[in-house]
Amino acid sequence: MAIRALLALLLFLSSSHFSFSIYEDQVGLMDWHQHYIGKVKHAVFHTQKTGRKRVLVSTEENVLASLDLRHGEIFWRHVLGTNDVINGLDIALGKYVITLSSDGSILRAWNLPDGQMVWESFLPGSKASKSILNIPKNLKADRDDLILVFGNGCLHAVSSIDGEILWKKDFAGESIDVQHLIQSPHDDIIYVAGFSGSSKVFVHQFKAKNGDLLKHNDAELPCGTFGELLSVSYDMLVILDDIRSKIVTINIKEGDINYNQKYISELIGDSSGQAIILPSKLPGIFALNLDSHVILLKLTNEGELVVVDKINNVAAISDALSISEGRHAFAFVQHGDSKVHYNVKDVNANDLNGDFVKESVVIDNQRGHIQKIFINNYVRTDRSQGFRALMVMEDHSLILVQQGEIVWSREDGLAAVVDVIASELPVEKDGVSVAKVEQNLFEWLKGHVLKLKGTLMIASPEDLAAIQAMRLKSSEKSKMTRDHNGFRKLLIVLTRAGKVLALHTGDGHVVWSVLLRNLRKSEACDHPVGINIYQWQVPHHHALDENPSVLVVGQCGSSLAGPVVLSFIDAYRGMELNALSLSHTIAQVIPLPYTDSKEQRLHLIIDADQKAHLYPRTPEAVEILQQGFSNVYWYSVEVDNGIIRGHALKSNCIGEVVDEYCFVFRNLWSVVFPSESEKIIATVTRKSNEVVHTQAKVMADQDVMYKYISSNLLFVANVAPKASGEIGTATPEEAWLVVYIIDTVTGRILHRMTHQCCQGPVHAVFSENWVVYHYFNLRAHRYEMSVVEVYDQSRADNKDVWKLILGKHNLTSPVSSYSRPEVIAKSQSYFFTHSVKAMEVTSTVKGITSQQLLIGTIGDQVLALDKRYLDPRRTLNPSQAEKEEGIIPLTDSLPIISQSYITHSIKVEGLRRIMTVPAKLESTSLVFAYGVDLFFTRIAPSRTYDSLTEDFSYALLLITIVALVAAIFVTWVLSERKELQEKWR
Amino acid sequence: MSVIQLVLAFTVSLFLVSSLAFESDELLIDDEEFGLEGGLTRPQSPPPTATTTSRKRFSESGSDSKIQFNLEHAFGDSQFSGAGNFSSRLKIWNHGGQTLTKLRFSRNSLNEIEQKNFEKLLQEDDFYRIRLPSNVLSPPGRDYIISSVKARCLTGEGLEENFVIHMEGLSIVAVNYGAPGACPYPRQLKLPARWSFRSHTVLRNSEQAPRAPIFSEDVGGEDAEGEIVMPPERSFWAKYWMYLIPLGLIVMNAITQAMNMPEEQAAGQAGAETQRGTNSAVRRR
Repeated sequence: MAIRALLALLLFLSSSHFSFSIYEDQVGLMDWHQHYIGKVKHAVFHTQKTGRKRVLVSTEENVLASLDLRHGEIFWRHVLGTNDVINGLDIALGKYVITLSSDGSILRAWNLPDGQMVWESFLPGSKASKSILNIPKNLKADRDDLILVFGNGCLHAVSSIDGEILWKKDFAGESIDVQHLIQSPHDDIIYVAGFSGSSKVFVHQFKAKNGDLLKHNDAELPCGTFGELLSVSYDMLVILDDIRSKIVTINIKEGDINYNQKYISELIGDSSGQAIILPSKLPGIFALNLDSHVILLKLTNEGELVVVDKINNVAAISDALSISEGRHAFAFVQHGDSKVHYNVKDVNANDLNGDFVKESVVIDNQRGHIQKIFINNYVRTDRSQGFRALMVMEDHSLILVQQGEIVWSREDGLAAVVDVIASELPVEKDGVSVAKVEQNLFEWLKGHVLKLKGTLMIASPEDLAAIQAMRLKSSEKSKMTRDHNGFRKLLIVLTRAGKVLALHTGDGHVVWSVLLRNLRKSEACDHPVGINIYQWQVPHHHALDENPSVLVVGQCGSSLAGPVVLSFIDAYRGMELNALSLSHTIAQVIPLPYTDSKEQRLHLIIDADQKAHLYPRTPEAVEILQQGFSNVYWYSVEVDNGIIRGHALKSNCIGEVVDEYCFVFRNLWSVVFPSESEKIIATVTRKSNEVVHTQAKVMADQDVMYKYISSNLLFVANVAPKASGEIGTATPEEAWLVVYIIDTVTGRILHRMTHQCCQGPVHAVFSENWVVYHYFNLRAHRYEMSVVEVYDQSRADNKDVWKLILGKHNLTSPVSSYSRPEVIAKSQSYFFTHSVKAMEVTSTVKGITSQQLLIGTIGDQVLALDKRYLDPRRTLNPSQAEKEEGIIPLTDSLPIISQSYITHSIKVEGLRRIMTVPAKLESTSLVFAYGVDLFFTRIAPSRTYDSLTEDFSYALLLITIVALVAAIFVTWVLSERKELQEKWR
Repeated sequence: MSVIQLVLAFTVSLFLVSSLAFESDELLIDDEEFGLEGGLTRPQSPPPTATTTSRKRFSESGSDSKIQFNLEHAFGDSQFSGAGNFSSRLKIWNHGGQTLTKLRFSRNSLNEIEQKNFEKLLQEDDFYRIRLPSNVLSPPGRDYIISSVKARCLTGEGLEENFVIHMEGLSIVAVNYGAPGACPYPRQLKLPARWSFRSHTVLRNSEQAPRAPIFSEDVGGEDAEGEIVMPPERSFWAKYWMYLIPLGLIVMNAITQAMNMPEEQAAGQAGAETQRGTNSAVRRR
């Protein structure tokens, strides 16, 4: 009975709805949220009229943002969808931000001060083409200011007031490639210039008011062309010929086309390199990149080319900035030895000696080269011209430089996180204390007295503010050492720019960052990409004197044929320990469950030529591998072919050169999905480091079911090829979803099931013995989530207690994948309201705590859903016994409780993935969600049953104890006295 | 029944053959529907090309709709060679889908060399591999279905094996191959007494997933959920309050006794009585 009562108590505790909502004063205590925008593509400074404090940027993450020029904070920000790439950005009417996106088909206007959308217009077109946004100054049709947009083969003139399309010209019928929209400064005429074919230039003249074609002209150039046309002034264009030896200048004055050619060697003498015209827009001059020099060439009114200057080591050149009537300035940066030299010059000065600004700035080496520069001017206190420059760095960070100093910098590479792992912090040692624990006893006492006041509700508002500040700034949180509960960790993050950063889980600050040499653009590799990050070495035995390290795997180019680059990084100091450029390719990286004597984990890298390479390359590693040689199995998924294959190691490579770290492997099994009816869209495995606490599940009727726990299970979701597109492209009859659970050692299909009328996208998580997946049901027009739980029947007869006592059970015998599995799978489906961007499951250190699914919703929030809702044993009317076990009555849809959003009111913009890390405290799991933003929090799916809450008042406890002791003494004295009196009576 | 089916199949095949020139999927499905008059179109109808070939074979083979496909095996890394063949009947459902039924398997007995090879596998604890075509009508289909097992798992009295062939229409998706029972891990070397296989074969098709339950009376999922979760809470108190209150009293009693606190006079006579009683006992001592 007592057990039952206890069970009931537990049930009571677990079935009460946990609210994850927090109180106002708990915001920021254990969570942090960082806003990013990504690598800046375009930047537009506010002009005089619109206030000078802001800069507008659009980025490669499709973010449009308004930044504070003084501090670099975000005033407002919009994250457009992943398919809505921003092509152009400008300001119209002095109050609207105009963006052109989705390959020139969507034009939007946003209010400058607050970022509200004012209007949006869809510009239809038929043919993919270059997209150009041009906002001419003082060009009016009736009373509207015009916006000229070329996109999808059409020229549109759009009113900037309401986005109405005033007129439209379709170029789709003509096979031409429009490259420039030029406005004549004298009259309301628009020139449309471009190529048809490779050498035929054409110019169309339109009347801006109504789009009437005034004139059109074309001319055949004497040679082919290379690169794109550059407009130097309103009537002059330049381009290189196809062998890049001549500059062709094209004069389009009044619609007539005249061209001139000039050999580059005539201008600057002989040179060996290949010339490129840089796309910077400078009035009257243009920049030519040749042999790592930049040559500035001026185009005179007579059409003559004059060399103005030759600059070495130029990293970037800005566009021209108009500073006063007829005067323009531009900036360029040069990389010096340790500094960056930054020059602002007058465009019109003949010899370019008239420098406005010449400054040197020290920029952190780990930021790499400068890739883009945008300039802006301001009036100094002495009424002279001042300039500030916005620089986009190689690691995607953004820097504002003014007066030779970095005013602010933003680490915007973190908007494009590729992979994350968590690493432990150093153990606290004597003398290595990084942060002070507490200031002194007095401070400590004061803090607790304040807390006590707060608890007893006698604190004044000032005291409350002080308490709040104290909690937020608690040095305990951001200390650089391991804590008892395992809340403090390092999140080691690999970004798309090839930079590795370590973030502290306490407050999210960057502990160290390193731009990997291997993943930078170089002569050897033009476009390296970082792929994954792995734990390389986790010292347990030598935790005090050895640092853990991580392995970053990258590749040259995104195709399979690119060679591999490996980097080994010290996780505490952020130093690159070793970097390898390998000759072989990479298809897969397999961390093996073996470590060598230095506690380095063995990794197999499978290349595209069916070879496996062992790392680290030491004889010891080979020896360790030989011991487990026959037990290394892996699988590969060929998504395009619809084939999954299983592999095992065979022997050393046979080749001319003996390489003992190279192995060949054989195919053990294959699963071939019929290509006409199935297409692989998702594969999910269990996390390799997952811990399962109990293998058995006790049913309500005292029955036991054994979970089928194998670390070699793979979940595969296939859809009908017709239904593999977007939702709505297939009818319910031609859509189906087939799910498989496959053993990856033997290739056995353990479970197979078809969902009719369902299609992807499929998001799934696999944990312990269950899979939960999310898909769309076309017949019900709703999203669904299903759960499949796999139970082992071969151990089902171990229920007899006597067998267990006498040791006749088979629970301790090793399990072999080659035995025929006797499994049963239970499954159930439910409707779910949201579409899902990412799905994850909480993981705790020992796996005792009940699990929660973390669902990244379409609204960029993270929802925590108890696994109990996804239990295939839910029935409509559970019996009393089942209720006691914790089975929730069956409902057709999964509940969404608004308090269970772990992100509260925050949006993790552009959410891509959720990751969970167990803390040392069993009840708690750390959650890191990333997309354009980063969000970190810790959650306790069954509440923190194993520790006191953070705001527990120790002082109150102490005082209570003291008071009790005092009371005991007082009553004791009193009773003694009374007893004495009794005795004397 | 089979006669009608045959006639139907003939008409269908005629239609199919005649419609080959059009090269349109849609037309084919229409034809099928027309031919079967009101028959359900199953979404997984195999592609037209495969269908025609099957029908051709089928019609060529006359009344016998038997289909055969080969099992091949390899010892370790050797080449694959014939090991037996499966034969089965082609069943055409009235909705147009085709499946295999009545699978039979005849295994070739191992010859001298094969026995030697197998013995070698047993010695080295190496893999015995088998393969099947991925399409039974046009072998090998896109690729072979391979499966492997450690040879030592197969030896018992003689040699025992178990095939579970997963089918999708007429394509084989995968084969679960291995011992019919357990294969305990430290695999013991045991030579078989007889060199003949005892084979078990099973054909398996995909099952339909259970549908999501739809309750008409259940409208607001969240509110209903809140209501439904409440009862255990109530029932707990309703059921166990009578145990809990005495328990609480006992605990409180125990605490007061342990503290040996003298109770106040005003607390009641009973307490005072016991107190006096103990006191007197002490006095008497």
